[in-house]
Amino acid sequence: MATGLLGIEDTPRADIEAILARAKDFQPLQNQSNKRLDLLRGRMIVNLFYEASTRTRTSFEIAAKRLGADAVSITASGSSVSKGESLVDTLNTLAAMKPDAIVMRHAASGAPHFLSRYLPTPIINAGDGTHEHPTQALLDALTILDHRASLEDLRVAIIGDIVHSRVARSNIHLLSKFGADIVLCGPASLLPPNMAQLAPGVRLTNNMREAIDGVDVIMMLRVQLERQNESPFPASEYYPFYGLRVEHLHLAKPDVLVMHPGPINRGREIASDVADSQRSVILNQVENGIAVRMAVLERIMN
Amino acid sequence: MSKLLIRNGRVIDPAVKFDGVADLLVEGDRIAGYGKNLDVAGAETFDASGMIVAPGFIDMHVHLREPGFEHSETIESGSRAAAAGGFTSVCCMPNTQPVNDSATVTSYIVERARRHAVVNVYPIGAITKGSAGEELASIGSMKRAGIVAVSDDGKPVMNARVMRRAMEMARSFGLPVIDHCEDLHLSAGGDMHEGFTSVKLGLRGIPACSEDVMVARDILLAEVTGARFHVAHISSKNSIAMVKHAKAMGLPITSEVCPHHFALSDEDIIPYDSNFKMKPPLRGRADVRAAIDGIVSGAIDAIATDHAPHPGSEKMQEFERCPFGILGLETAIGLSLEAFVEGGRIPLAKMVELYTVAPARILNLERGTLASGRPADVTIFDTSLVWKYDVNKSYSKSRNTPFHGREFRGGPVATMVNGRFVWRRDKE
Repeated sequence: MATGLLGIEDTPRADIEAILARAKDFQPLQNQSNKRLDLLRGRMIVNLFYEASTRTRTSFEIAAKRLGADAVSITASGSSVSKGESLVDTLNTLAAMKPDAIVMRHAASGAPHFLSRYLPTPIINAGDGTHEHPTQALLDALTILDHRASLEDLRVAIIGDIVHSRVARSNIHLLSKFGADIVLCGPASLLPPNMAQLAPGVRLTNNMREAIDGVDVIMMLRVQLERQNESPFPASEYYPFYGLRVEHLHLAKPDVLVMHPGPINRGREIASDVADSQRSVILNQVENGIAVRMAVLERIMN
Repeated sequence: MSKLLIRNGRVIDPAVKFDGVADLLVEGDRIAGYGKNLDVAGAETFDASGMIVAPGFIDMHVHLREPGFEHSETIESGSRAAAAGGFTSVCCMPNTQPVNDSATVTSYIVERARRHAVVNVYPIGAITKGSAGEELASIGSMKRAGIVAVSDDGKPVMNARVMRRAMEMARSFGLPVIDHCEDLHLSAGGDMHEGFTSVKLGLRGIPACSEDVMVARDILLAEVTGARFHVAHISSKNSIAMVKHAKAMGLPITSEVCPHHFALSDEDIIPYDSNFKMKPPLRGRADVRAAIDGIVSGAIDAIATDHAPHPGSEKMQEFERCPFGILGLETAIGLSLEAFVEGGRIPLAKMVELYTVAPARILNLERGTLASGRPADVTIFDTSLVWKYDVNKSYSKSRNTPFHGREFRGGPVATMVNGRFVWRRDKE
């Protein structure tokens, strides 16, 4: 099996630290006029997106180009995928074109894990169903490190649709490897009790105020209506009980960071003024996505 | 008439509680009897020294896929897999295309089996037309054509009133109702057992309670109707406890468990490998313990495989898109010996009972015993035989199993149906 990046759960802490350190090297590039390095010149990356994505796909494309690699992006509509070709056949076809890595997003949990057992090409998971989104957790960690000396002993609240969130799972695994205290918060129908066993240092609450109490970081999650078979929680009840509003912020540490993986739904899980506030680092997350993905691509292809 | 003497094996006939070294005589297609040192002039012999000689094993829950899905399995290929697994009779579920919901389809299966099957094939008829859960199928006519039970396996009857009427009908015709107990509202969208592993893998869960609420419903309906109700592939600890309770109340309720449900838990799943995907799903460790205890205590009456072939193209997909079901016929004896007999949890005779006289009683079959005059169905197996399962050599047309490459201690040696060997390990 080729070594790619399928998830944070199986990535050792030392590897995460190495990726984050390398991403820090790439951060200043954003503000230079020549943003291009030639570290991966001549390499080819295929971005295969079976699920709609703007920021992740663009971010991977930019990261590849800044490293001098060639990047081809394929989306599910307008390709053989929409003609009924199976996942295995599509990937075998692409692998026959000898890319150096495949970046893949898929609506089915485990799709990249399944493929990695059959394909020689390294696969980078850009989000699989409700399972993992490893580069999101890495860019979140980089964003926290822009404001904090270390990830150790942080208190982090992750709030919202936990059960359907790959961002939550990857962040839980990452933060736990650094010894953070993690509190997961949401209505019971979106927060299964087993979530507490996912990693050391995780606890659960259904009460938002309790979750935020004294935390360093608040990670809000998008309500994933497209992943829910039914409505596990009435939409009208969501914002009053689990939407992050200005009046919540004083419960946390004064320098709390407010994060969101995007796209944000203003007025559904987060108030507009909180998303735009001084405490929000949502746009820093987007910016850091490029540096983190450069570090990941470089590591996997070298 | 041809005579065959199966010599010097340990003959186990649970119907009459016989367990001892003996010779078994077969004359033509019937059992002639068994006893010590039989000396029969002119008889062909089979040396069964060191082996177990048992009544032919009956698998009361298989999918043969014919008619309609012959790319997955046929009556012939499935029957050959059954023979290689030590089974002499199989009962095929009605979820074919068309569904076995009429005497015409039943007769077709019976006729195909007569021409092509190497083991006895007993069809199970649908409860409702098209297994759609609404209008009752022609249960009486199907009984005349040869069904031994009714079931809407895989598409459980959700409407309790329809189920009540089905039980009343089945009772009138002396047939058991076999229910795949699953509340489809609770299980909707699920791909594996709801628990820590499903949460970790980000796969949607099938909660154990989706099975439990239907077992409870059907027990209550069986009490009202007086029907014989059989729980298919029981897998959850609460369901097993309820069946045990219902039996204690004296209700005519029986249950079967599949080998994979006592051999594996959800923690054994290779992530996203669809060879571990079936319904009911591999449950939690406590459920596996309950299944084993249920066999020991008698809450579970029979072992059945739920042999469910799917071709590779259907199983080589994203986990959530793959169909449910795995092969079972060729690994059942090995898994059962490993789980129950090796550790001394149950006597060997009890294991034989679970595969023979128990299903025969539930389905009113004249088989499952070595009594003289009965059809000569014999399963010969060896508890010390070490062998490895290679699914690529399977007689099934499909390859979906989590047990490929597994080494077993104990397995079938020869399978006799109606007086003829239909499979022998030494002839492989």
